[in-house]
Amino acid sequence: MNTDTQYLHQVAESDYEHGWSTEIDSDTIPKGLSEEVIRLISAKKHDPDWMLESRLRAFRHWEKLASDTDKYPRWAHIQYPNIDFQDISYYSAPGNKPRYDSLDEVDPELIKTFEALGIPLEEQKVLAGVAVDAVIDSVSVATTFKEELAKHGIIFCSFTEAIENHGDLVRKYMGSVVPYTDNFYAALNAAVFSDGSFCYIPAGVRCPMELSTYFRINEAGTGQFERTLIVAEEGSYVSYLEGCTAPRRDENQLHAAVVEIIAHKDAEVKYSTIQNWYPGNAEGKGGVYNFVTKRGICEGAGSKISWTQLETGSAITWKYPSVILKGDHSVGEFYSVAFTKGRQQADTGTKMLHLGRNTSSTIISKGISADRSNNSYRGLVRINKGAENARNFTQCDSMLLGDRCGAHTFPYLEIQNPTAQVEHEATTSKVGEDQMFYCQQRGISEQDAIKLLVSGFCQEILTQLPMEFAVEARKLLAIELEGSVG
Amino acid sequence: MKSILNIQGLKASVEGMPILNGVNLSINAGEVHAIMGPNGSGKSTLASVLAGNEDYEIDGGTVDYLGTDLLDMDVDERAREGVFLAFQYPVELPGVSTMNFLKQAVNSVREHQGLEPLKAAALLRLAREKAALIELDARLKQRSVNQGFSGGEKKRNEIFQLAMLEPTLAILDETDSGLDIDALRSVSNGVNQLRTPDRGFLVITHYQRLLDYLVPDFVHVMVNGKLVRSGGRELALELEEHGYDWIQDHLPE
Repeated sequence: MNTDTQYLHQVAESDYEHGWSTEIDSDTIPKGLSEEVIRLISAKKHDPDWMLESRLRAFRHWEKLASDTDKYPRWAHIQYPNIDFQDISYYSAPGNKPRYDSLDEVDPELIKTFEALGIPLEEQKVLAGVAVDAVIDSVSVATTFKEELAKHGIIFCSFTEAIENHGDLVRKYMGSVVPYTDNFYAALNAAVFSDGSFCYIPAGVRCPMELSTYFRINEAGTGQFERTLIVAEEGSYVSYLEGCTAPRRDENQLHAAVVEIIAHKDAEVKYSTIQNWYPGNAEGKGGVYNFVTKRGICEGAGSKISWTQLETGSAITWKYPSVILKGDHSVGEFYSVAFTKGRQQADTGTKMLHLGRNTSSTIISKGISADRSNNSYRGLVRINKGAENARNFTQCDSMLLGDRCGAHTFPYLEIQNPTAQVEHEATTSKVGEDQMFYCQQRGISEQDAIKLLVSGFCQEILTQLPMEFAVEARKLLAIELEGSVG
Repeated sequence: MKSILNIQGLKASVEGMPILNGVNLSINAGEVHAIMGPNGSGKSTLASVLAGNEDYEIDGGTVDYLGTDLLDMDVDERAREGVFLAFQYPVELPGVSTMNFLKQAVNSVREHQGLEPLKAAALLRLAREKAALIELDARLKQRSVNQGFSGGEKKRNEIFQLAMLEPTLAILDETDSGLDIDALRSVSNGVNQLRTPDRGFLVITHYQRLLDYLVPDFVHVMVNGKLVRSGGRELALELEEHGYDWIQDHLPE
């Protein structure tokens, strides 16, 4: 279809809805990274000694990695200039305030910021059934429904508070799934992270509401480095949501987060992400570099960790939410939709590491590339020697919109146990001209037909999202495809 | 009588190869026209060209549809103006729910006609009514469009959509192919109920048997991209008896 190109060009040019920034006073430390900076961040966070030591250990390790640019992680199917880590400010707090004790202390501009993003922080306005931790730049500004959750023994708070009030739990679990030695960005994060969310579900408790963290980068010249730690004790259940946006800026901003999940015996954690960081303009100027390490461990028998993600933002996405299936009969799932347009690059997928017996994992990945973007699935399924009767099902489907974009699939299988059952299916399709013709012959416009076909393509993933989120996700996909602000 | 479609000297080709070599055809409101012909004669090409398939190059001729130039309109515009094609090979739309698809299609047409969009409840009611008319298995409406449907179910789904969209000109491209005799009877029965005084049908078929159930007012025979003979219902029976070779041997000079 000749008009395809024209339409797709509009798609690539389409505006980023959350591209505005908020004018607020902020305490932003000078650019640069050194031991001194680590100590400064640590002091601002009122870290206990063990935390400072942990940061310094990570920083020394990272320094070693960073001393040789040849050792920067380069294996992903993405291209970008070397990041100048001295040209980033590693700490920025709105309103000169490193932490807020109540919503009254929060600058009204900030509350408006989150409201404009559809994240009201006043509890009476909040969607029933969702508790929110709102993180702007380096600081958590508000966590809702804390008291309500506390009645069930659930801890849901900013990482800063967790270090202060639940130090033992943080010390026990932080770095246990993603150690600072894991990779380049995990080391950087462990050194400079400034906030994030902490969530603890006691044994036998089914969390009565969805927990969510909303991340916003606001300040120019900064990076965002947060950590999320979720611990689900025996027989507990929690559904956790994460959303992200950032202003439109001509520079590239770095987001290097770490998420760790620990699921004990028979516990279930469902983690959903809508990632909509600023993707840069159509020519690839600006946008967030999203280098994230997310991993969960099914520690106990019968536990389950499920990752669902809708990735539409960021100039570069580099993330592989993974599950270590250690407990017998544990289950790992990964459901992903990655949509790239303009000059966006996404290299995303998962690792399913089967250690326990009768473990099973499911991977369903849908990549949609438009315009000049590149979209790769990269996944590892490893069945260890002792993992008797492990099962994996992997399905990767790619859809191309237009003929200047790319879709790539890099599946890795390492199977050391002969009882394993592993299935892999992969398809790549152009959005079919015959499908377009069929829709249009029924009176449906070209734009609506593309939307219909793309959302149909993503259907089985979107149904995995919690209801409220699924509605958001559909809207977001529609806006991404719209070619204009929704 | 009101003219719906008037084709004059229509020529079309695909990748430089001529397929239609000057087709003349006129359809009035209320009429059912059947086009028969051997494989490769250009029958399905005519259907595709009328629907606006861009794979075909128009090399000459005119197509007047309700007083406007059909060839000047986009595919979706033609559809909204009331041109419907029941596909020979309906495609599958994975993940696209049939009801959502119908809602968009019906409301696109309604919007074009200046009507209020149908709300979910009204649409469901309409769908239930039309599905009963053409004996469509109600469960099919709950699936993705054509996904995993049998050949017969797909064809029936096309007629179901025809019933939902209520076009002015309905083109049926070999709707009978792949149908067993029972399905053929019930699909034809559905189409017969959709015959109205202000709707025209163009029915393309290779076999005469469809015309036993769906009795046409006119029969045309296409050979080498031209309509070489036209007549009434009896022409189809003659063809049945003598085969297409007979037509080719008796072409008028």
